Amino acid sequence: MLIVILTLAVVAALFGLLLGYSAIRFRVEGDPVVDRIDALLPQTQCGQCTFAGCRPYAEAIAKGDADINQCPPGGEVTIHALADLLGVDPKPLNAEHGEVKQEKTVVYIDEQTCIGCTLCIQACPVDAILGAAKHMHTVIASECTGCNLCIPPCPVDCIHVIPVKPTLNSWKWEPPHGGVAAPRVV
Amino acid sequence: MAATDKLHLYEDGLPDSATNLWHFHGGLHLPGHKHLSSEQPIAACAAVDRYVIPLQQHIGVAGDLLVAKGERVLKGQMLTRPKTLISASVHAPVSGMIEDIGPQPVPHPSGISGTCITLLNDYEDEWVEHEPVAEHFTRMSSHQLRGLIQDAGIVGLGGAAFPSAMKETEIGIDTLIVNGVECEPYITCDDRLMRERAADIIEGVRIVAHIVKAKTCIIAIEDNKPEATAAMEAALNEDDNGLIRVKSVPTLYPSGGERQLIEVLTGEEVPSNGLPADIHVLCHNVATCYAVYRAVFRAEPLISRIVTITGHGVAQPRNLEVPIGTPIAACIEQCGGYSEDAVSLIMGGPMMGITLDNDRLPIIKACNCLLVTTADDLSLPSSEKHMPCIRCGLCVDVCPAKLLPQQLYWHSASRNLDRAIEYSLFDCIECGCCAYVCPSKIPLVQYYRFAKSEVWDQERQRKKADIARERHEHRVARLEKQQRERDERLRKKRDALKKNKVGRDVELDKKKAAIAEALARVQKKKADSGIEPKNTEQLTAEQQKKIREADLRRSGIKTRPADNTEQDNP
Repeated sequence: MLIVILTLAVVAALFGLLLGYSAIRFRVEGDPVVDRIDALLPQTQCGQCTFAGCRPYAEAIAKGDADINQCPPGGEVTIHALADLLGVDPKPLNAEHGEVKQEKTVVYIDEQTCIGCTLCIQACPVDAILGAAKHMHTVIASECTGCNLCIPPCPVDCIHVIPVKPTLNSWKWEPPHGGVAAPRVV
Repeated sequence: MAATDKLHLYEDGLPDSATNLWHFHGGLHLPGHKHLSSEQPIAACAAVDRYVIPLQQHIGVAGDLLVAKGERVLKGQMLTRPKTLISASVHAPVSGMIEDIGPQPVPHPSGISGTCITLLNDYEDEWVEHEPVAEHFTRMSSHQLRGLIQDAGIVGLGGAAFPSAMKETEIGIDTLIVNGVECEPYITCDDRLMRERAADIIEGVRIVAHIVKAKTCIIAIEDNKPEATAAMEAALNEDDNGLIRVKSVPTLYPSGGERQLIEVLTGEEVPSNGLPADIHVLCHNVATCYAVYRAVFRAEPLISRIVTITGHGVAQPRNLEVPIGTPIAACIEQCGGYSEDAVSLIMGGPMMGITLDNDRLPIIKACNCLLVTTADDLSLPSSEKHMPCIRCGLCVDVCPAKLLPQQLYWHSASRNLDRAIEYSLFDCIECGCCAYVCPSKIPLVQYYRFAKSEVWDQERQRKKADIARERHEHRVARLEKQQRERDERLRKKRDALKKNKVGRDVELDKKKAAIAEALARVQKKKADSGIEPKNTEQLTAEQQKKIREADLRRSGIKTRPADNTEQDNP
C-alpha cells in the first residue's frame, strides 16, 4: 500500500516537474489570438471602435470586452473574417460606431491655408503627415489610412477628405449587375 | 440542345495514335469566321498625325520616362526604360515632336485613363541610329541577347503582354513551344504572319532556342491553317532537322492557351500555381518570335504589330501592320470603315476580348484583333437577364482547366472568395467556354473576373494594412521612447538640483565654520594677549557727555538727508 502511494507520488511529482519545465521552456510570448485578430483589422487606427487603435481593439475582442461589429472601416468583410476566426455568428455593423464608407478616402492639406501648427502631425496615427512648426504640412497620400483623425485638431480647417480614384492597377471588375447577361458573340 | 452539338469531348489519357498528340480536357469547336480576314495580304497602316503611346502596355510596372514634352524624338527611340525585369520599354513609332505626356484614355475594360505620350508625326520617318549587331547571334551570349530583347520592349504578342526577356531568364528549358495555334475565332494575324514572313519567324525561333538552350523546338499550328503550316515547313532548312519541327494540332478552342497547348504537345500538365518552366517548357507566340528576329537582325524595337481588323461590322476586314499608338479609328477607316449594322467594338477575340466604349483609343502591344460585331453576331440583347443555374454540368464538360464552373459561380456570386479559391479560381484562364455553352446564359467569366479582382484587391488592402500597422507601431515606439527620454532628462535635472542644494549647504557650513574658527581664533588671541580696552568703565562725567554728543552727531548725520528734504520743500 505504502509502495503504491509512494510510486504514485513520485510519478505525480515527475509529471509536475515536466509540466512546470515545459511551461517555462515552451512559453508562448504574447497572445497569438490577439495577433490573429489584429491581422484581420484594417489598421486605420481611427479609434471609431472606442479603443485607441486596432491592436487595443483586438485585445479587447480577445478578452471578450468588445464585440466584433465595431469597426466601420473594415465593414462587412472584416466582421465576417472575425466571425470565422472566432467561431461566432457574424452580425451587422453597430451603427453607433459609424457607417461604412462607400469609397476609400485620403485627406489632403490645402497648402495655401495651412499655418504650420503641427497639430495634425501629432494626431496622425501612422505618421503620414510631413511638416515642421511654421512650415507647410503635407499628407503622404500612399500612407494615409483615411482615418480623418487629423481633421478635428486643425485650427484653420485646411484638411479636406478626397476620394481615392481607382488606377489601372487597382481597378476591380464589377459583378454582373442584377443578373444581366453579357452579350456574347456566336 | 444546340450547344451540345458543338461539343467534342475527348477522353484523357494516351496520345492519339495517328498524330502522336494528347488532348486537354473539354474545349469547344467554334465557328471560325477566319476567312473574313485571312485571304487579304498584310497591308501597312497609313501614317496618322498623332500617335498616343501608353507607358504601360504590359504586365508589370511602367518604365521610367526618358523624354520630356516638346522634345523631338526619332523613330525607334526609347521613350521609357524598364524599371525592373517585369517591365518593358516603349519606343517612338515615328519621328516627331512630343506634344504631351499625361493621362489619356487607354484600351482597358475600366475605361480609366493611363499616362500616355502623345507624339506629333513629322512625316520624315527618320530612324534613330540603329546598327544591327555585326556578330551572328550564335556567337552572342544569352545575356546579351536578352538585353537586346528587353531594350526592344518585346512583350508576349499573343495577348497577355508579359515581358519576353523575363520569360527567357528561365533555366533548364528542354522544349521551346512556338504558339501559332491562334484558336480564337475571327483572329488571323498570326496566320497571315506565318504565311508571309515564315523565314523571319524561324530566325526568331532559332534565337530564342539559342537563348534558353532548348533541346527541341515545336512550332504548333492548328490544322485549319494549312497554308501557314506549309510556309513554315518550307522555311525550315536541314540544320533545323531534329531541333525545330512544325506540328499541326487539331482545331479545338482553346488549344492556343499556353497550358492547353503544352498538354496537347507533351502530355504533361503545368502544375497549378506553377509555370511551364516547372516542366522544362517555354512557350512563345509566333509574333513574339518575329519581334525577336526584328530586334536582333534589324535592331528594330517593337514599334508595330499585325492587327486583325475583322467582323461583320467592318466593310473590308483584313490584317494591318499597325504602328503602336495608332488610333483604332484610323485602322477601321483604312478597312473601309464601319458597316451600317455595326454595334460593338471588341479588342481581342469574341471569347476573351474586352468591349471598348469608343474607337478614339490607341493600338497597344497586346491588341491582336479588333472585332466589330453586328446585332446578328450577338447571342442575345444586352438587357436580357440570365436564367438561374440548372446544374446541367455542361460547363464542367467543356472547361479546359478541369474546374467546376458552377461551384466557382456560386461562390463568386455570393462573394465567398475563400471557397472560390479552394475551387481553384486562379486556374481559370477566362477562355469563356463555360459561358458559351451555358443554357441559362450566365455571364460566368464576368463573375470569375470580378472574384479574381476582388481577391487581388483584398490582398492589396492587407498589404497596405500591414504597412499601416508597422508605421503605427513605429510611431507608438517612438512616442514611448521620447517620453522615456523626457522623464529621464527631468529626473537627471531634479537629481542635479538636489545635489547642488546639498553642495551649497555644505559650502555654507564650511564658510560658517571658517568664520566661527576665525572668531574663536581672534578671541583666543585677545584672551592670550591680555589686552583690555581702556577707559570704558571708569569715565568722568565730562567724558561721558562728549561721547553722548558724538553719538548725537553721528545720528544727526544719519538723519540729515531727511532734514535736507524738509528744508528744500518749504
